[in-house]
Amino acid sequence: MNFSNFLLMRHEILLLAITLLLLVGEIFIHKNKKGSLVHLAIFLFGIHTAVGFLQIEESSLFGGMFRTNNMIHFFKNVLNIGVFILLLQSAEWLQEKIVNQDRGTEFFILLFSSLLGMYFMISSGDFLMFYIGLELSTLPVAALAAFETSKRISSESGIKLILSAALASGVSLFGISMLYATSGSIYFNEIVEVISASNLTVLGFFLFFAGLAFKISLVPFHFWTADVYEGAPISVASYLSVISKGAAVFILMILMFTIFKPLMHVWENMVYVVAIATMFIGNLFALRQQNMKRFLAFSSIAQAGFILLGLITGTQLGVATIVYFVLIYIFSNLAAFGVVQAISLKTGKENMDDYNGLYRTNPNLSLVMMLALFSLAGIPPVAGFFGKFFLFTAAASKGYYLLVFLAVVNVTISLYYYLLVIRAMFIRKNENPIPFFKNKLYMRLGLLITVVGILVLGLYSPLYDYIYELSSFLN
Amino acid sequence: MIAGISIYEILTVTSILFFIGVYGFLTRKNLISILMSIELILNASVINFVVINKYLYPDMLQGVVFSIFIIAVAAAETALAVAIIINLYRQIASVEIKDTEIMKY
Repeated sequence: MNFSNFLLMRHEILLLAITLLLLVGEIFIHKNKKGSLVHLAIFLFGIHTAVGFLQIEESSLFGGMFRTNNMIHFFKNVLNIGVFILLLQSAEWLQEKIVNQDRGTEFFILLFSSLLGMYFMISSGDFLMFYIGLELSTLPVAALAAFETSKRISSESGIKLILSAALASGVSLFGISMLYATSGSIYFNEIVEVISASNLTVLGFFLFFAGLAFKISLVPFHFWTADVYEGAPISVASYLSVISKGAAVFILMILMFTIFKPLMHVWENMVYVVAIATMFIGNLFALRQQNMKRFLAFSSIAQAGFILLGLITGTQLGVATIVYFVLIYIFSNLAAFGVVQAISLKTGKENMDDYNGLYRTNPNLSLVMMLALFSLAGIPPVAGFFGKFFLFTAAASKGYYLLVFLAVVNVTISLYYYLLVIRAMFIRKNENPIPFFKNKLYMRLGLLITVVGILVLGLYSPLYDYIYELSSFLN
Repeated sequence: MIAGISIYEILTVTSILFFIGVYGFLTRKNLISILMSIELILNASVINFVVINKYLYPDMLQGVVFSIFIIAVAAAETALAVAIIINLYRQIASVEIKDTEIMKY
C-alpha cells in the first residue's frame, strides 16, 4: 500500500491531528492552566494555515470519492485564512467567558470538525461524500450556536438552526435520490455523462439546490439567518456568515458548472429570479434592523444575492469573479463582525444606537468598521468595489443588463443602510458613549489582518489573474 | 424485488411520506413533533434509495450504502436536536413553539 497517496488529504489529516492533540491537551493540562489551550490552538492552526499553501498534485482518492486540484486547494486555503482570523478575534471571548467554565476545548473541537466537513464537502467526488461533508459541517455549528447554555436565546438559535438544517438536508437528499434514479450513479463524473433535462432530473436538481440554498441563505430559505445570528455567540454568527457560506458557494459553483452544466438552460431562469428576490429582500429587511447582528445577517443575505450574478454566467469569468468576491467578502465581513464582537465583549452593547459617538472614544475601531462597511457596500478605493465590479462585468458580458441594473439599484439601497451605521459612529452625538477600551493583542492582530486584506486585495491585480488561471478547470 | 408490486407504487408511497413530513414540519406546534416530521422526510429518501437500487440498478450497491449512511447521520442529527431541546426545556419548561420564540422579525 502506498501511503504517499494520503498526502493528497494533507489538509484533512493535519486538521484532524490538531483536533486530537487538543483533545489530549484537554485531558492532561491542569484545570487552572486551560487558558493556554487557546494559545496552543491558535498557534497550531496558524501552522496548519501556513503549511496549507504548499503545492499539491491533482488527483483523486477512494475510487473518485475524494478529489483535489489546484482550485479546490485554493478554496481550502481561503477557508483556512478565514478561520484563522476568526480564531484570533474570538480568543478574548474564549479566555474571558468560556475557559473558566472549562469548555474552551469543546469550542475548538466543534469548530474544527465543522471545518473538516467543509474540506470533504468541497473535495467530494460523489454525492455520498458530499452529503456526509454537508452534515459534518452543519451539525457542529448547531451545537456551537447553542454553546452558551445558560442563555435562552442561544438555545433558541441552536434549535432553529438544527431544525432548518435537517429539513434542508432531507429535501436535498430526496433530490439526490431522484438524480440517482435517472442517472444510475452517485459519482459526479458518471452522472455528467448521462444527465439530460428530463422531468425527474430537473425536479431532483431543484430539490437538491434547495439544500445548498439554505446554507447560502438564498431567499426562500433565509428565514433562519437573522434569528440564528442574533442568538448565537458572535464568533459563531461570524463563522456561519463567512466560512460556512463561502464553502457552500464553492461547492455549489463546482456542481452547477460541472455536473449540472447540461441543465443550464433550466437553472438560468431559476437563478435569475432567486438572485433578484435575494438582493431585494436582504436589502429591504436590513433597512429596519437595529441590532447589529441582525443587520449584518440581512446584509449577508443581500451579498449572497450578488454572488448569484456570477453564478448565472456559467463561464470561467463567472467562476473567477465569484471566488474573488467571496475572498473579499470574507475579509470585509470578518472585520465588521470583529468590531461588533470587540464592543459586545467589553460593554455588552449590540444595538446601532449604542454606537453613537463611537469615533470620539474609539477612533481605531470606528475606522475598521468604516472600511469594512465601505467594502461591503462597494465604495471605490477598497476591495469590495472591485469584487462587485467584476461580478457585474461578468453578468453584463452574458447580456443580463436588466439583472445588472437591478443589482446596481440594490447597491444603492445597501449604501443607505451601511451609511446609517457610519453616521451613528461619526456624526451622531451621545451623552454616554461607549468608553474607550484597548483590545488584547489577538483581537488587534485579527482586525489588522482584515484591514490589510480589505485594502490590498482590491489593488493587487496578480491575485485576480491567479484566480482566473486556476478557474480554468471548470470548463 | 417484491412480487406484484411495481416501483411506481413504492415511489408513490415515499413521495406521500415526504410531503407528510414537509407538511408536518410547517404546521406542527411542538418541537418533538417537528423532529418526527424530519425523520419522515429522511426515511422517505432512505426508502427511495433502496427501492431505486433494487428495482433499477440491482448490480450495484450504491443506493443501499447511501441509505445506511443516511440512517447513521439522521441518528446523530436527532441526538443533537434532542440535546438542544432538553437544554431549552430546562430553561423555559416547555417544548411548544409559542413559548420558545422570543426572536421575531
